[in-house]
Amino acid sequence: MSAAIVVGVLAAGGTYLILQRGIVRVALGFVLLGHAATTLLIASGGVGTRAVPFAGAGADAADPLPQAFALTAIVISFGITAFLLALAFRSRDVLGDDDLERGP
Amino acid sequence: MNASAITLLLALPLTAGAVAVLLRYRRALQRTLTWVTLGTVLALSLALLTEVRAGGPLSVDVGGFPRGLAIVLGVDVLSALMLTIGSSMTLVGSVFAALSSEDDHPLFHPLILILWSGVALAFVTADLFNLFVAFEIMLIASYVLLTLRGGARQIRAGVLYVGTNLLASTAFLLGVGLIYGAVGTVNLAAVATAVRTDAGAMAGLTILLVAIVAKASLVPLHGWLPRTYVEAPPVVTAIFSALLTKAGVYVLYRLGSVVLVELDGFLALMMVLAAVTMVVGVLGAVGGHDMRGILTFHMVSQVGYLVLPLGVWTRGAIVAGLFYLVQYVAVKGALFLAAATVVRLEGTDDLGRLGGLMRTRPWLGVAFLLPALALAGIPPTSGFLGKYLLVRAAFEAEAFWAGATAVVVSLFTLLSMIKIFNGAFWGDAPTDADTTASEPSRAAVTRVRTQAMIAVPLTIGLAALVLGPAAGGLLEVVGDAADALLDPAAYLAEVGR
Repeated sequence: MSAAIVVGVLAAGGTYLILQRGIVRVALGFVLLGHAATTLLIASGGVGTRAVPFAGAGADAADPLPQAFALTAIVISFGITAFLLALAFRSRDVLGDDDLERGP
Repeated sequence: MNASAITLLLALPLTAGAVAVLLRYRRALQRTLTWVTLGTVLALSLALLTEVRAGGPLSVDVGGFPRGLAIVLGVDVLSALMLTIGSSMTLVGSVFAALSSEDDHPLFHPLILILWSGVALAFVTADLFNLFVAFEIMLIASYVLLTLRGGARQIRAGVLYVGTNLLASTAFLLGVGLIYGAVGTVNLAAVATAVRTDAGAMAGLTILLVAIVAKASLVPLHGWLPRTYVEAPPVVTAIFSALLTKAGVYVLYRLGSVVLVELDGFLALMMVLAAVTMVVGVLGAVGGHDMRGILTFHMVSQVGYLVLPLGVWTRGAIVAGLFYLVQYVAVKGALFLAAATVVRLEGTDDLGRLGGLMRTRPWLGVAFLLPALALAGIPPTSGFLGKYLLVRAAFEAEAFWAGATAVVVSLFTLLSMIKIFNGAFWGDAPTDADTTASEPSRAAVTRVRTQAMIAVPLTIGLAALVLGPAAGGLLEVVGDAADALLDPAAYLAEVGR
């Protein structure tokens, strides 16, 4: 339940931000959306209803595989965020602003 | 051949990409490395194609982990066919880039190699999460390639391109998460059997489908493509057109084959989407005013043709669709390379500022004309045969309106090709006032290079001309691929055992 609320709030915030005009806000929006997806992945392993998947946790342990998924997804979204911020930086140099609608 | 050769398809270009970064100030070495790698991958793909046609699908567990834990890569006839055509067009594109000196950025060749390894992974993976990773590898390389020039237009296009694709990727990831939460696996074979009975997995699959539709740029999720591809360097557009949306189309065929076509309403949905995509794309193309602008809108329109078989799903339709796909990748690549040659030689591809090229560069005119006729579907080109088979299959399945749409859209395709030909190749050469800005780039190209550049699209165009009457061999291969798609039991048994 708490995971569902977290995913909902993150997705709502992310959606609001990527509808903005500046590249930095869009990048931050994608950070939030990425977190929403990651949280959903972790929740899909059954962490909410079962024990944490540490070694020796027994048959009750949640599935650890989604954590590997989440890690991969975090690395990818980190890389893309860096790229978007580099685009914003370049945009400031070329267009004088990170707002795509303004500028020459 | 050992099935572990499949991993080489990915490991070779990724390693070569890393080495090519180290060789960034040695252009000649970098080029040789790229061509040797892509050539090896092409040879491997051809060997795999022969192998899977004779002996059925192959699979490999990456890292030797037991099934259930390992990431499974599987190759059937369709995968091998896509690998072959994709790697050959990437090779052609990178050779052309060297001829037209568009590979002068030190990261060009490494990025092409990484782009290809992502596409190859998408073609061979039998694992939904791994498919997400494949799309990301391919997209990250394409983000950088698109914005390599770093001008204002590239940044605007880049943000739109990254934003759309990232949103689709995030949706894809959410879909994978929902499917995993419902059925506890992401292996394609296990998902295919489990998803039919589980509503949660069904929801995930639907979100996945929307994401793939956006990546394949079907209407109504097509708007990003024509606005962004035109801003990439011309040769990059050619490579993108051969690889990126085609990976989306491949995934639609793969998922369609293993699970989607059995679901209620999927066929009807795909048929409507295909027809609308054809019409909207071609109308955008007719309204274009530069060569690459028209050609990129055609990419949208042609995706409609490629997806139409998913709305019919008979053997005839799949054979037609796959034959069309193979010849279309080559033909569209040739058109973009011809446009890239025009940009390189004349400094622009704006139809208002071109003219009379048929008089000054007749062979370039032929090099554009042959693939243009194939795209419009004029006999005896390969495009005619593809469209004929496709329309016949639609009529046989009594999808009369979809077949008729395909025919009418062909006429508009021809119209827009004539528009390019009239604007750029017929008529009078532009006055000096129009061209002074582009003089420097014109002088920089030697005669031999010009001929070599023109030879690339010309060769593909001639091949398209010959492939029409001599399609027997290719039709046998796509026939095998269609049989495997219609009855995916062998593939599912191989990747899910």
